[in-house]
Amino acid sequence: MIKEENYLKKIAETCLTQSKKLGSSDASVVVMNAISENVNIRNKQLDGSERSDNLAVTLTTYIGKKKASISSSNLNEKNISKLVNRCVEATKITPEDEHNSLPEKELHYMGDKELELYDETHLDNEKKIDFIKEAEEYAFESDKIVNTNGSGFSENKSNFILANSNGFMDGYKTSQFTAYCEVVSKSNGSMERDYEYTTKRFFSDLLKPETIGRNAAKYAINKLNPKKIKSEKISIIFDKRISKNFLTNFAGAISSSAIAKGTTFLKDKINNQVFNKSINIIDRGNIIKGNGSRYFDSEGVKVDNLELVKDGVLKDYLIDSYNGKKINRKSNGRSSGTTNLYFENGELSFEDLIKSEKKIIYVNETIGRGANLITGDYSVGASGTMIENGEFMYPVSEITIAGNFNEMFQNITLANDLEFKYSTNSPTILITGMTVGGK
Amino acid sequence: MSNFFKNSEIDISKAEKIVSETLKNCDDGELYLEDTKSEVIVLDDNKIKSSDYSTDLGYGFRAVTGEIIAYSHSNEISEKSLVNSSQNLKSSLKNKKGTYNYEIKNTNQKFYGDTDPVEEKSLKSKIDILNEINSYARSKDSSVKQVTANFIGEKKNVEILRAGGQLLKDERPLVRFNVSIMVEKNGKKETGVYGVGGRQSYDVYLNDDNWKKVCDEAFRIATTNLDSKPSPAGEMKVVLGPGWPAILIHEAVGHGLEGDFNRKKTSVFHNLVGQKVASDGVTIIDDGTLDKRRGSLNIDDEGTPTEKTVLIENGILKNFMQDRLNARLMNTKSTGNGRRESYKHIVMPRMRNTIMLNGNETQEEMIKSVDKGIFAVSFGGGQVDITSGKFVFNCTEAYEINNGKIGSPLKGATLIGDGPSSLKEILMVGNDMKLDPGIGTCGKAGQGVPVGVGQPSLLIDKMTVGGTKI
Repeated sequence: MIKEENYLKKIAETCLTQSKKLGSSDASVVVMNAISENVNIRNKQLDGSERSDNLAVTLTTYIGKKKASISSSNLNEKNISKLVNRCVEATKITPEDEHNSLPEKELHYMGDKELELYDETHLDNEKKIDFIKEAEEYAFESDKIVNTNGSGFSENKSNFILANSNGFMDGYKTSQFTAYCEVVSKSNGSMERDYEYTTKRFFSDLLKPETIGRNAAKYAINKLNPKKIKSEKISIIFDKRISKNFLTNFAGAISSSAIAKGTTFLKDKINNQVFNKSINIIDRGNIIKGNGSRYFDSEGVKVDNLELVKDGVLKDYLIDSYNGKKINRKSNGRSSGTTNLYFENGELSFEDLIKSEKKIIYVNETIGRGANLITGDYSVGASGTMIENGEFMYPVSEITIAGNFNEMFQNITLANDLEFKYSTNSPTILITGMTVGGK
Repeated sequence: MSNFFKNSEIDISKAEKIVSETLKNCDDGELYLEDTKSEVIVLDDNKIKSSDYSTDLGYGFRAVTGEIIAYSHSNEISEKSLVNSSQNLKSSLKNKKGTYNYEIKNTNQKFYGDTDPVEEKSLKSKIDILNEINSYARSKDSSVKQVTANFIGEKKNVEILRAGGQLLKDERPLVRFNVSIMVEKNGKKETGVYGVGGRQSYDVYLNDDNWKKVCDEAFRIATTNLDSKPSPAGEMKVVLGPGWPAILIHEAVGHGLEGDFNRKKTSVFHNLVGQKVASDGVTIIDDGTLDKRRGSLNIDDEGTPTEKTVLIENGILKNFMQDRLNARLMNTKSTGNGRRESYKHIVMPRMRNTIMLNGNETQEEMIKSVDKGIFAVSFGGGQVDITSGKFVFNCTEAYEINNGKIGSPLKGATLIGDGPSSLKEILMVGNDMKLDPGIGTCGKAGQGVPVGVGQPSLLIDKMTVGGTKI
C-alpha cells in the first residue's frame, strides 16, 4: 500500500526541524513514495512481472544565500539525522548565489484538489496480463505479424509531501496506468517494428486492447518493404506522435534557465513573431484528469495557465524562482517543467492537410535527438510514407530530415485533430521547405 | 562478510533462508543488494549552481523460471519486506517448475581500486577547482560567453546473495568530469562539449592541470563550429575518426548482438552466427576487463566474472553477449554481460567496452582516397532500431572532404545507415585504435549503464548524410 500523508509529513517535519536546529536559515523537503507494478508479455506469454516500492527524501537547506541538497532512499531516523547534518555542513561551504531562495510566500498554492489525478483502481497481475494479452491477440490477427518485441501494462501510484520553512506543506496522490504493444511484421525479407501506446490517470480511460493491438499491427505492416528516396526539398507531415516533440524542443528553448544563460535560439524573442500567425501554444496545468496536470510545482508555487504563443507571437517563458530572479520575472510555477502543453487546433482536417500539396512525406518515426536549441538546427533520421495527391503510396526509410527551427516554426500548418494522449500534445502538422537526405 | 545486514534487524542467515526457500523451484535468481552514494557538483553561469549528495540503499529480489522473470525491489532491508517480496515472486511463478543452477565462478579479478571518489576530496576543494576551471575557460577568449562544468562521482557497493548462500561482492567507483563552453561571434553561437571519466580517482584529471586539456578541447570544438557551413545531404563516403565515433559500432552492431534480441529473434543478426557479417579485417570485441575503464566490471550484476568476448572476428560473427537467462535458453554460457542500472531494475544483456581492433591503413590514406565525402570526428547521441537495423548519429564535429583533402567544418550533419550493410561497407580499417575519453552511457529499455567504446579510423563506402544543402 502506498504510504499515507501522515507518515510522509512526519519525516518532512523532522527534516525541517533538524535543519533549523543545525543552523540553516531556510529549508525545503520532498518526501515521496511510489509503487509501480508492471507485467511484460511476449508472444501472448508472460515474460516478467515487476513490483517496485520506492521511498525518497530530498532536502535542500539554505544559509542566507548559500544552498546545498541531499537525497536518499533510506528513511530510517538515524540515517536522516546523518543526512541533514551532511546537508547543512555542505551548505556552509558552498559559495553564495544572490538568486538562491525559497519562493515568495504569496506564490504558494493554496487551493482545493479538484483535478481528479488519482484512481484507486488496483488490477492484480492476472488482470493486467489478460488486458495486454488481448491486445497482442488482436495484433496477431494479421499473418504479417510474426513476433512481438514485448508488450506491457503498468500501474503506478504515488504520494508525496512537499514542505518548506515558510510554512508550505502540501501533497497529493497521483496514479498512472500505461499499456503498450510492440509487434514485428515481416514480408519479403523485410522486418519492421512499431507500437501503440496509451497512458492515462484513470484505468477506464485507456485505449481498449483491441485498438492498441490493431493499431500496432497496422503501423508495423505499413512500414514493410520501404524504399530509399533521392535527396530533395519537400514538405513533410509529422504524425501526432512526432509533432509533439517540436513542442518539447520549444519548451526547452523558452525555459528561464536557457533564457537567463542565453543558450537558446529564442533569447530576446519575447513579443516577436516566432511562429506564423496561425499558431497558438498553451501550457495548462488544470485539465481534469490531465496526464500533465498538477496543482503546484516542485517549489510549491501555483501553476498558472500560460498562453505561451498567441497568433504566432512569443508571449511568455517557463519560469522558476531561481532563474526568474535572474531575468526579473516572478515564477509562474514551472520549476518542474511544462504541464499539459499543446498547440491549439488548426483549421484543416487531416484529409485536407494530406491533399494540400502534390507530394508530401508523412513521417511517423524519427530516430536520434537532432535538435540543437542554441542554434535551432534540427536534423534527425526518419521513416514514413510517401503521399502523392492525397494518397498514401509506399513506405520510405533511412532518410534524414533537416531544417532550422527559426524557419520551420514559420512554415507550420496545423490540422484540427488534437487529442490529449500524452502530457505534451500536438495535432498533425505540415512543415514546408524541409531538406530530406536520401540516396 | 556482508555489509548489508550490519545495521538491519535481519541477519544474513535468515535472509539466505528466505532466498533459498523462494528460489528452490526456480531456474535462477538472487537477492541483489546495492548501496550507492553519489555527488554531483555543477558550475553554471559563473556560479556553483548545485551541490547534491545522495545515497540510495535497496535490494532487488529476482526469481527466474523458463523465460519468466519475477522481480520485486524495495528500500527496506527487513524480514517483513523480504517475505513480502518472496510471496510476490512465488505468486508470479506459481505452477512453474525449474532446476536451480548453482554454478557461478568465484573470482579475484580486479580492474579498479577501492577509491571512493565522493569522500576522497573535500567538497570545498572540488568547488575551488570548478571555480578555477570557470576562470580559465572564460579567459581563453572574449568569444566565450557561457561555461558549464561538473563533477559526478559515485561509489556503488554491490552484493549478490544466491540460493545456497553464495555471496558475491563488488565495489565500483565511477567519476565523470565534463566541460561545456558556448562561444558567440558575429551573432553566431556554438557550443563545444568535452568530458572524461572512468573507474578511478578524480586525481587523474586534476593533477598536472589535466583539466585544462578538457577545457581546451571543449573550446576548440566550439570555435571550430563557429566557422561551420551547412552540411550536404545525400549518400557519400564517410571517414570516421578514432575513439568516440565507435558509438557507431555500439549502435549499429553492438545492440543487435545482445543475447535477448537474438533469443527473441528480433535482431537482424539472430541467425547469422558463423556467417560473414562484416568486411575482412573487421574484428569487434566486448571487453569488461580493461583497467579502470568506464564500462569495466569485476563481476557483472548477476555475479558472473566479466571477460573479453569476441563478437566478430575478421568479418565472421562469433558470439552474442549473454546474461544467465538468455544463455540458458540459448544453450550457452553467460559472457558476463548481465547488467542493470540499479537494484530497481531487472538484468539484461548489456555492452561493457565495445571495441573494433586495429587494421593496417592510415587515416591519411583514407582521406586521400575520398573525392567527395565527410570526415566525422565526434558524435553527440546515437540511436538504433534493432529490428530494421537502422541507426542514426548527430555529428558534433565534422568536416567536408573534397578531392582527398579536408575542407570546411560542417554543422548539423546527421548520419543514417543500416547496421548490417554498413559493416560490409567498411573499406579500410585504420591502425590508430583509440578508446573513448570515458563518457558513454548506454540506454536500453529505460535503463542507463556506463559503457566504453573504441575504434581506429574507418572508411565507410556509403552512408546517408542528412544536412540542409542538396
